Amino acid sequence: MDGEELTEQETALYDRQIRVWGADAQRRLSKAHILVYGLKGTVAEFCKNIVLAGVGSLTLVDDREVSEEALSANFLIPPDENVYAGKTLAELSCDSLKDFNPMVRVSVEKGDLSSFNVEFFSKFDVVVVSCSSLATKKLVNEKCRKLPKRVAFYTVDCKDSCGEIFVDLQVHRYSKKKNDETVECELQYSSFEEAISVPWRTLPRKTSKVYFAMRVLERFEEAEGRKPGEVSIEDLSGVLKLKKELFVSMNESHIPDSLLERLVTNAREFPPVCAIIGGILGQEVIKAISGKGDPLKNFFFFDATDGKGIIEDI
Amino acid sequence: MASDKHFSAIKGAKVLMVGAGGIGCELLKTLALSDFQDIHIIDMDTIEVSNLNRQFLFRQSHVGQSKAKVARDAVLKFRPHISITPYHANVKDSDFDLDFFKQFNVVLNGLDNLDARRHVNRLCLAAEVPLVESGTTGFLGQVTVHVKGKTECYECQPKPAPKTYPVCTITSTPSKFVHCIVWAKDLLFAKLFGDKNQENDLNVRSGDASSSSNHVEDVFERRNDENIEHYGKRIYDHVFGYNIEIALSNEETWKNRNKPKPIYTRDILDNEPTQQNGNVEKNGGTSDPSSVSAMASLGMKNPQDIWSLKENSRIFIEALKLFFLQREEEIGNLTFDKDDQLAVEFVTAAANIRASSFGIALHSLFEAKGIAGNIVHAVATTNAVIAGLIVIEAIKVLKSDSKSYRMTYCLEHPSKKMLLMPVEPFEPNKSCYVCSETPLTLEINTNRAKLRDIIEKVVKSKLGMNAPSIMHGTEVLYETGDDLDKDLLAAYAAKADKVLSELNSPVIGGTMLTINDLYQELRCNINIKHREEFDEEKEPDGLVLSGWTQAPSLVENNGNKSVDNAGSTSEASTLEVEKDDEIEIVAGKKRKLSEDVIPSNAGESKGKNKLEVLDDEDDEDLIMLDGDSGANKKIRHQ
Repeated sequence: MDGEELTEQETALYDRQIRVWGADAQRRLSKAHILVYGLKGTVAEFCKNIVLAGVGSLTLVDDREVSEEALSANFLIPPDENVYAGKTLAELSCDSLKDFNPMVRVSVEKGDLSSFNVEFFSKFDVVVVSCSSLATKKLVNEKCRKLPKRVAFYTVDCKDSCGEIFVDLQVHRYSKKKNDETVECELQYSSFEEAISVPWRTLPRKTSKVYFAMRVLERFEEAEGRKPGEVSIEDLSGVLKLKKELFVSMNESHIPDSLLERLVTNAREFPPVCAIIGGILGQEVIKAISGKGDPLKNFFFFDATDGKGIIEDI
Repeated sequence: MASDKHFSAIKGAKVLMVGAGGIGCELLKTLALSDFQDIHIIDMDTIEVSNLNRQFLFRQSHVGQSKAKVARDAVLKFRPHISITPYHANVKDSDFDLDFFKQFNVVLNGLDNLDARRHVNRLCLAAEVPLVESGTTGFLGQVTVHVKGKTECYECQPKPAPKTYPVCTITSTPSKFVHCIVWAKDLLFAKLFGDKNQENDLNVRSGDASSSSNHVEDVFERRNDENIEHYGKRIYDHVFGYNIEIALSNEETWKNRNKPKPIYTRDILDNEPTQQNGNVEKNGGTSDPSSVSAMASLGMKNPQDIWSLKENSRIFIEALKLFFLQREEEIGNLTFDKDDQLAVEFVTAAANIRASSFGIALHSLFEAKGIAGNIVHAVATTNAVIAGLIVIEAIKVLKSDSKSYRMTYCLEHPSKKMLLMPVEPFEPNKSCYVCSETPLTLEINTNRAKLRDIIEKVVKSKLGMNAPSIMHGTEVLYETGDDLDKDLLAAYAAKADKVLSELNSPVIGGTMLTINDLYQELRCNINIKHREEFDEEKEPDGLVLSGWTQAPSLVENNGNKSVDNAGSTSEASTLEVEKDDEIEIVAGKKRKLSEDVIPSNAGESKGKNKLEVLDDEDDEDLIMLDGDSGANKKIRHQ
């Protein structure tokens, strides 16, 4: 690997993790620039992980003000009105994250994610989007794909006991150990738009139910003009109706009503699931940056009710 | 998740966390966010720099402070109204007794070592408090649930013992780098800088037995007025040159092995007597002994570099010199410590020179330090995932939702598309001496062995008891405790040195002993079976304990005395693993072990041991985890 050696300070701080992924990977991490949008609990977990890991920089975007919901799972924000009044979620999270690792540059970018131009995204190696509408997710993913350099794109969301990660690494080349030998591999990824447009009837029967549930909710919010996550128990009949339409001529056991009911009744994040999804996402971003180890392709789902963390290639 | 039952279970719960390290920090945060109100946390450790990459509640300015206390303060910043009670103490302290444990609704372990885990398991069983146990290493991790009478206890399945190596592999026939490290650390380093009275096998196979032992002892002593440079070279030539020559003279040994090559300073080092003197002076200016470094005085910086034989030799001589010139007062009391830079440099160099003699690949200081210090690989992300899984299980336990309990494995490579794999917990092992009170059988020569052998080799070492008492019928043969008076202690000490069959109430074939541990509230019976002879190679303890499940050794252990157990110094260094991240078993491996180890009389429970991957469609997915996914590859030191 080109570039400078790790400093003595870095070697001491990162000792335990260098033993996991090697000094090369650590050097690559320290040059990587990450953008995140949507600072609720899951992304707060992710940010903590990636700052501790020692990335070059982390840029936070989220102009929303503190809500009870944000406070409930984002441990980066102190629940003190004197501290949080007048500040955005991104600013408050930034203050805490800076403290975690003085070697990482953490900063805030103001503005609406969907209005940033293609050029803006070229400054980053990784873009993580949460709490966003279907349209925004597609749009940002498209912009990342237009750039000459590879920008890894992720979406992540948790509702109730469920969590979802989507990954688009475009074309990803990496190395992995196989029987003590290092082998070079390559993976091709679909865009978010492609991955959610696959005709459902072509998917295997055992595809994670969370995949379908998240798509139904996404479509519902779009059709009703809701903000991301803005559903409640009153919407249940509407959501179930939409589900029926989308599942036309398909076996409905693909997505039990009880799952949708759970997700609309309590769209809030459940902190243990935030920790799990934020942890897996952190690991995946580290793999994407370091080019070491099999990255997941292209969805990851977790549901605390059955405890399974499943990878789906859709 | 959001039912009333859910919230009331959490709000009313009193939780004990053991460990505030890698898993502990994540766990405390996730518990607080999940609305737990009353959390107690025990950790005896203080914060170190190498913790900061993942123990995110700690900062540089906290180095040296109590983990439990700093973790509490950090979490109160974002959850000011909950109660967190920290204890900067060892969970094995007698303060944490049965009554202490009984006040909790659930105990959550984020520990690193077998000893403490066994201790907590026993107290949880005695207090009938459910235990959620966890471990991580690198990208791998696991969470298990232990509820008395419902699931297996932590000790129902055998655990891999710390890795040990046959003595002759270390002293005479190393074939891997780790053998050279063990030699450099436990033999050479201990010989030169440790307690002179410790037994040491350094010369066992190399000196011929007839030459007087006095002569052998003298070699390692620095003679009066001996020039330090001269002394260093003399040691070097003795261990890497002369000893190898002696070993080579035993041709039998090398019939099927590559012969080692003796190495002498004259072949490696030019005559460059004291060119570094200036630097040594500079080094002497620093008052902190921990900053003394041979690398620094030789101008070498990168711990990731692999040094040449010559560089290793220079480091060896330089490090030895620095010990004598700068840290002389410590010589005789030193034990290897992975955070002692000079010790790591010396051991790295010595191991590399030996490796080079035996044709084994050399390693960097960074790698050597990891091996010598048993440093466990650790990253924040795995700990975060595991902490989330612990809280999910803890909530199920609090709701007594026993049908939903799961053991979950966090894998590096997916198995059946899963990175997080839940498995239904096993039923208690009916022959577990810890949770089922099944008697153990001890074969021993009752006409030769002493009571002390049972106390030390069986009760303390194998059964892991802290404060045991031994009863024969109604007579107390042995007990411990702070409140015993002197005379009684002396009487027990005298008894301990008696041969078993010569005790007032003789211990002979057919005797049943009852062992109690006051602190652990563990009681078990041992049936004594007299046996005349033992195989010195295969049964070096001179006794055989059965009914107690020891993990099959993962090493090429041919039954020789293990180096790890050779002396208290080496034991301290090999068992001292970092607080938090040791994993004991990972998917596949455990199941394999259980198949192999559970004796056939455990037939009934064995049927239950079939591994079922849980699936809500309850079809198809019955698989055996045989570990092809690489899940089992990261057991320490492989």
